[in-house]
Amino acid sequence: MFSIVRLMAPTLIAATLSFGPAASAQQAQSAQPKVDTFTLDNGLQVVVIPDHRAPVVTHMVWYKAGAADEPEGASGVAHFLEHLMFKGTEKHPIGQFSAVVAELGGQENAFTSQDYTAYFQRVAKENLPVVMEFEADRMTGLILTDEVIIPERDVVLEERRTRTDGDPGARLGEALSAALFLNHPYRQPIIGWNHEIEQLDRTAALDFYKRFYTPNNAILIVAGDVETAEIKALAEKIYGPVQRRAEVKDRVRPQEPDPIAARRVTLEDARARQPSLSRVYLAPSYKRSEGRTAYALDLLSNILGGGATSRLHRSLVVDQGVASSAGSYYQGDALDLARFSVYALPRPGVGFDTLEKALDAELAKIVSEGVTPEELERSKTRLVADTIYARDSQTALARSYGVALTTGGSVDDVRDWPTILRQVTAEEVKAAAAQVLDIRRSVTGLLLTKEEDPT
Amino acid sequence: MILRSVVALAMALAVTLPAHSKTRIEKVVSPKGIEAWLVSDNTLPLISIEFAFRGGAAQDPEGKAGVANLASGLLDEGAGDLDARAFQARLEDKAVELSFDGDRDAFFGSFRTLAENKQDALDLLKLAVTKPRFAPDAIERIRAQILASIRQDSTDADTVARDAFAAAAFPGHPYGLPADGTEDSVARITRDDLTAFQRKTFARDNLVIVAVGAIDAETLGHDLDHAFGDLPEKSELKPVADTKPAEVGSLRLVDLDTPQTSIVFGRAGPLRAHEDFIAITVLNHIIGGGTFTSRLFEEVREKRGLSYGVYTGLLPMEHAGLFIGQVATRNDRAREALDVIKAEIAKIAKEPPSEDELAKAKKYLTGSYALRFDSSAKIANNLLVIQMNRLGIDYVDQRNAMVEAVTREDLRRAARVLLEDGALLVVAAGKPQGITGTPAPGAGETKPTRQPTPQPADAGRAVTR
Repeated sequence: MFSIVRLMAPTLIAATLSFGPAASAQQAQSAQPKVDTFTLDNGLQVVVIPDHRAPVVTHMVWYKAGAADEPEGASGVAHFLEHLMFKGTEKHPIGQFSAVVAELGGQENAFTSQDYTAYFQRVAKENLPVVMEFEADRMTGLILTDEVIIPERDVVLEERRTRTDGDPGARLGEALSAALFLNHPYRQPIIGWNHEIEQLDRTAALDFYKRFYTPNNAILIVAGDVETAEIKALAEKIYGPVQRRAEVKDRVRPQEPDPIAARRVTLEDARARQPSLSRVYLAPSYKRSEGRTAYALDLLSNILGGGATSRLHRSLVVDQGVASSAGSYYQGDALDLARFSVYALPRPGVGFDTLEKALDAELAKIVSEGVTPEELERSKTRLVADTIYARDSQTALARSYGVALTTGGSVDDVRDWPTILRQVTAEEVKAAAAQVLDIRRSVTGLLLTKEEDPT
Repeated sequence: MILRSVVALAMALAVTLPAHSKTRIEKVVSPKGIEAWLVSDNTLPLISIEFAFRGGAAQDPEGKAGVANLASGLLDEGAGDLDARAFQARLEDKAVELSFDGDRDAFFGSFRTLAENKQDALDLLKLAVTKPRFAPDAIERIRAQILASIRQDSTDADTVARDAFAAAAFPGHPYGLPADGTEDSVARITRDDLTAFQRKTFARDNLVIVAVGAIDAETLGHDLDHAFGDLPEKSELKPVADTKPAEVGSLRLVDLDTPQTSIVFGRAGPLRAHEDFIAITVLNHIIGGGTFTSRLFEEVREKRGLSYGVYTGLLPMEHAGLFIGQVATRNDRAREALDVIKAEIAKIAKEPPSEDELAKAKKYLTGSYALRFDSSAKIANNLLVIQMNRLGIDYVDQRNAMVEAVTREDLRRAARVLLEDGALLVVAAGKPQGITGTPAPGAGETKPTRQPTPQPADAGRAVTR
């Protein structure tokens, strides 16, 4: 598909719906799924999202543990363990789970973030108990041997080469994060640093597993052609017997000091043929913010750089013609601090100084003058509509609840998101802009082609 | 034009979706004779329309690869009496999703609206497909975006290898060129090229449509006439030659300073109308289809840790078929990875998969079919592909029975048809050790086809297995 997102600077990534799936205050009533949640005796939280359009279910288990929860020096172990979770248990030897999912015509995968790790299967509804049984079994029953660990570590190293080492934009992205966070573990890549992945072993993986993989640190989400009562019965029968094996501690990570110095990183890469400028600001997240600040930042990001009608696109791309594309992102779904990003790709012949001046002028303008009522209304319409569109995908819906619940939010937060977003005022957006778009809170990253001069 | 009863025809041709007891696919013919498949579903207040005009990048004029792609970026940059700014503001104000994609054999359109905004949304859709402005400043803007994207991807090993594969396989044929065009060809495209493409391609006789969501057959009929009724009746597509991949059995290298070698391998595959297409699909699934249980996944990744991903697939285009696969592996183990893949393909060419493997493949392929139809967007996309492939509206009902009917003997024949002696055209991009071959043709000028911008692992998002 041809879109702006496809052309964005690769050091940044698309913002997903931060907290998502409902509708405007009025539409919310009709368009909203009836989501139930309850907790089993062993501490496992269960969320049920009925969607009866097809006889299919999405079954997910989320752990409140991610890369930011790793011990010092073992970056990548959360993600490495995620790979190793497919290596079998005493009850179900290696390969059996995947073989069974494939035979059921199911789909499966897993993903790791800074704040969570999640596993999912999508199957016909009658097969739900089968995948539940396997997932409950590997919650505490994993068996690891060096025989399976060593090739899998090679796989992860290849994954790192594919995702990061071979991509100049991704390499710059790592440098940006490392410079943005002075003290918080968000400075480390989820996949880990190469030299630390190479040292990961059975002990490191099992230590992480035993500390975090326990029902009282997990969330079960079932979306699809199901009702709460039947899921309650199944969850109690299948997940109920899984014993707690660790106490859940508060998720306290080293926090950031107040940023005082603007930073710059430049990467000159022989493989880069398209220069890019990106800037990331330290921003409050939904969890770590007062009032409606995070909602205001989602609106700010949309107004500033959320598409063809946004300010950065109109000013830098259309009116001044200094950029081939420009935009912004706010990733508010973090347990600790979040990021607010802006980027622009220079048109040929345009220097970084010209581009950065044009960008800074737009940022200064929105900080000093705020946003217009028309911009605010358009942006609210767009973001609320997105939550209705998101309801079409069972997996996306389940995911938005999983992200919220593992980053400090609740089912109610997801439900009320459009209603609260609607209440944000232009003054709140302006105040949020002034708070976040402060150069001292930022790192500016330049990707240079070999012949490019940074000035 | 004979006016036909929309409702009567719709009823006559209804089929249920796989595993859906209630959801039906109807064939709708509008008063003006425009056909569409419809899945009417009022669960969500949304309407999706996916459509395609046959004739995509393969229609690009000589030396101007990228016309269809450039046009796809310009349809929402002003149309009728609305300039780009006004058009995009209306899209945003009504939260209409409208995008286009110039693929090899077709020009795709994707339209989504909230039911309450349907009328305004359809007005915009109509303007985009019937009266795009192709304003000079917009052309330059979108051209600059495409060139930036081409430059950005030009050192991505996967993209470089794929494009070099296409160039080697289809020399002198439109399939040998990237749909996005090259830096040179995109620079040469004029406004006249774009208007000519629109005039020749956007017509009713090559238009294929699927609608899904909160709309009934009769209303859809009228809406189709509104949106598409003003298009000319006949397209003017130039003939495209049927072709087969060349150079099978040879190995081409593209020297690229990357930590991994990306290897693309393949040979001729079946066209969609091939009588053994389903058996060949089952065979491909066993070799390298998209699960964690294929032979290549097991041998390359699970046993040896050579790669994060390895896959094979069938690519049936209008005028050629491909069996194609890809793997990325560290440079110093590229030889090993390629040898393992070649050995597995040679093995399956000689000896068909076991009854057990066949049974498991069938279970996956039949069981997972319903997962392709669990959202409006997926239903619309999959039904559009079925129509584009000229399969009947009842295909979704029959497809699983066709998979069930495949025997081991069919797989033996499929292997003979697909793999013959197992020879492959191989293109390796990177700094592979232990692999020798000739430089890929035109590799220096080869520019990538479309692919999503890779997402960095560290930017706060998920890393998947």
